[in-house]
Amino acid sequence: MNVATLNDARERANAQRLAIIDCDIHPAPKSPLDLQPYMTQRWRDHMNTFGGHVRQALVGQEAHPRMTARGMRTDALPENGPAGSDLELMRRQHLDVNGVEHAILIPLGGGVSEERNPDYAAALMHAANEWQLASWIDQDRRLKGSLIVSQEHIEHSVHEIEKRAGDSRFRQIIMSPKPVEPLGSRRYWPIYEAASRAGLPVAFHPVLAGGGHPSSGIGWPTYYMQDHYSFVGLMQNAISSFVFEGAFEQFPELKVVSVENGFSWAPNLCWRMDKHFERMRAEVPHLKSKPSDYVRHHIWFTTQPMEETQDPDHLRDIMGWIGWDRLLFSSDYPHWDFDDPRYAFRMHLTPQERAMIYRDNARALYRL
Amino acid sequence: MMKYKDVPAYKPRAKWNEMRDETMKAPFSGAIDCDIHPSAPDMPALLPYMSEYWRDQITNRFIDKTPFTFTSYKPQVPINGRPDWRPQSGRPGSSLDMIRSQALDAFGSRLAICNVIHGALGLFNNDMAATIVSALNDWVAAALLDAEPRLRGSILVLADDPTHAVAEIERLADDKRFVQVLLLVMGERPLGQRACWPIYHAAEKNGLTVCIHAGSTHRQAPTGGGWPSYFVDEYVAQSAAFEAVLLSLIAEGVFKKFPDLKVVLAESGVTWMPQFLWRNDKVWRGVRPEVPWIDRVPREIVRDHVRLTLQPFDAPGDAATVARVIEHLGTDDILLFSTDYPHWHFDGTDVLPEGLSESTVRKLMIDNPLATYARLS
Repeated sequence: MNVATLNDARERANAQRLAIIDCDIHPAPKSPLDLQPYMTQRWRDHMNTFGGHVRQALVGQEAHPRMTARGMRTDALPENGPAGSDLELMRRQHLDVNGVEHAILIPLGGGVSEERNPDYAAALMHAANEWQLASWIDQDRRLKGSLIVSQEHIEHSVHEIEKRAGDSRFRQIIMSPKPVEPLGSRRYWPIYEAASRAGLPVAFHPVLAGGGHPSSGIGWPTYYMQDHYSFVGLMQNAISSFVFEGAFEQFPELKVVSVENGFSWAPNLCWRMDKHFERMRAEVPHLKSKPSDYVRHHIWFTTQPMEETQDPDHLRDIMGWIGWDRLLFSSDYPHWDFDDPRYAFRMHLTPQERAMIYRDNARALYRL
Repeated sequence: MMKYKDVPAYKPRAKWNEMRDETMKAPFSGAIDCDIHPSAPDMPALLPYMSEYWRDQITNRFIDKTPFTFTSYKPQVPINGRPDWRPQSGRPGSSLDMIRSQALDAFGSRLAICNVIHGALGLFNNDMAATIVSALNDWVAAALLDAEPRLRGSILVLADDPTHAVAEIERLADDKRFVQVLLLVMGERPLGQRACWPIYHAAEKNGLTVCIHAGSTHRQAPTGGGWPSYFVDEYVAQSAAFEAVLLSLIAEGVFKKFPDLKVVLAESGVTWMPQFLWRNDKVWRGVRPEVPWIDRVPREIVRDHVRLTLQPFDAPGDAATVARVIEHLGTDDILLFSTDYPHWHFDGTDVLPEGLSESTVRKLMIDNPLATYARLS
C-alpha cells in the first residue's frame, strides 16, 4: 500500500529500467452502459429493467465497505467514472512511469462470474470480453487480456473459451475463488479442459459476490479487515480442492494463477496437505504425486499484497519454498493497497531473482 | 507468567540427543498434554445423568441407539485413530486402560487435558443438545477425572446457545479439575461475535481457558468454496477455519473486552501462524479506523492471549525447516505440548518435531501449559 509519485526524473528512469510485467491491473467501465454496445437489444433491455442477480444482499456495493473510495486509490479517480476507467490516467500514473512492459488486465465488477441468470451471464460475458478488447487491449499494445467466463454456467463458459482460443490478445482465463462448488470439483472440469486445450492459464482473483457460501467455514465475518483476509482462506481451499479432486491429474497441462490472494501461506498449506495426505491416501488413490508436487508444478502466485515480515530473510525463506520461478510481480493498480514496483520488496533480491519476479516468470507463463 | 524456577515437580532428563534410543523421546518427564480425546461413551452411559423427561425422550425415540458420530470425526477414518492405538473392538481411546497406557504412561505425562467431543453439538434442538452435553460433562467428571488423577477436563458447551453455555460453565465451575471451556471452531457464527461474549465472560470470571478445537457442526459449508468431496480435503480446510476464527476474535475486540482471557487453538496445524501474523500486522495498519479498539499489532495480542497445541504440527520432517518455522513464529511461548491422542499424526513416541531446541521443548511441555491454564498452577 504505497503510492507512486515519481516526480524525480532519475527515479523515473530507474523504474523504467525494471521493464516490469504487471500481472494484476484493473480496468473498469465508466458505467455498466459501456457494455451495452456489445449486447443485443434483448439483453440491453434486461440490464436496464432487471440488471444483475447475484447471491448477496446488496446491489452495486460491498457488504463489507472498504476503507477508501470503495477500495480504490483516491488519486486514481479520473474526472469522470471510477478508478481504472481512464486509460490516459492509467498510462500517466502507472504504465509509463513504472516502466510497464506488459500488464495483464483483470476486469472486475461486471458481475459476470457471479450472475445467476444463465443467459444474461452469457450475454454479459461476451460483452465484457468485447469491451475489454475494444476499450483497452486494442488501444495499448502493452495490455493483455483475461478472458472472463460465467463460471457457474459451464457450457456458456466453454463456448466462450473455444470461440476465443486463437485470439492472442487474451493470455489467461479469469475466474472467481467464490464458487458454488469447490473449484477443483468435476463441475468445472469442462472449463479446465477447454483452458488446457487453448493453452491458457486459469487465474483466480477475489470478487465481491460468490457462490452463496459464507467466505469461510466459520461463517460470514463482520469487518472488512476479516473480509480482506478471507481471500487467503478461499484460495487455500481452491488449491486444496484442485489437488485432492484430482484436477491436475486430469489436466496435466493446466496452469493456475493465484492473483491478489497473498502467497506466504502456500508453504504451510503444502506441508499440511502432504502430511494428512499420507494418512488418508487410500481415499484419494487418483493422486499419483504428493500434493506439494502438484502445487510446485501447476501454480503461480502474484505478489501483491506483499507480506511484510519483520526479518526480510523470512520472506526469502517463503519465496524459496514456493519457488522463485513461480512468483509474478503485480501492483493491483488502482486499488488502495497498490504495491509500487520500486518499493514492494523490502529485502535483498539478486539481479536474477529480480528479473524473474518482475518480468521473466510472467514472460514464460504468458508467452509474452 | 510463571517462571521456570517456580514450576513444581518435574525431573529434567538427560540431554536430548542421548534420549534417542529410549522409548520416550522427550528430554523431560512430567509433561502436560493439552489435547487428548477419550472417546465419548454410548448414550446409555449418559442416561443416568439426565432427568426422567429426557431419559424417556431419548429412549422412547430410540435416540439412545444412534451413534452421534460427527461427519468430520468418524472414528474409522485413518487420521482419527492411530493403527496401534485401535482396540480390537470399540473406539480408540474408549477405556481408561487404553488412555493410561497409550496416552499417559507412554509419554510420561504428568497431566493430560481431555477434550471429549460429542455429536450432540450437531443437533438443532438446543434443549436436547444441552441435556446430552451436560450429561457428558458429568460423565467426564465421574468416569475420567474421579478415576484417574492425571486427567483434567474441559467443559463442553453449545457455542450456538450462549445462555446454555454460561449456565453449564457456572454449574461446573467449582470443580477445579475442569480447566477450560471447549468449543468447536466451525459452528453457527464466527466465535468472536458479541453473541458469544457471555461465554468468554463466564470463562474469564472463573479462571477457565477457552479451547477452540477442530471440528464442524456443518451448519454451513466447511470451506468458503463449498463442500469438498473428500475427507482429506475437509480436514486440510480446518486450518483455514482456525485462521478465520482467530481473526474474528481479534477484530471483534474479544481480547480487549476480556483482558485475562486465554484461548487455546487445538489441533489447528500450528504452521499457519507466522504468515497470519505477517499479513494481519500489515493489514491492521491500513484498516485501523474500522476497528479502533485494536490498539496494538495482532502479533502482540496473540502473544498475550492465544496458544496453539502442538499436534498435528504441519511441517516437513527435517529439523532445519522446523527450526526456521519456529523462528518465523517469533516466539515459542505460544506452543503447548499435545499428542492429540488417539489421532494419527505421528508414530511411536515421535510426538516432538525434529528441530525444536531443548529450551523450546521444556517450555511447551511444562512452562507454557502452566502459564496458560490458571487452574493447573
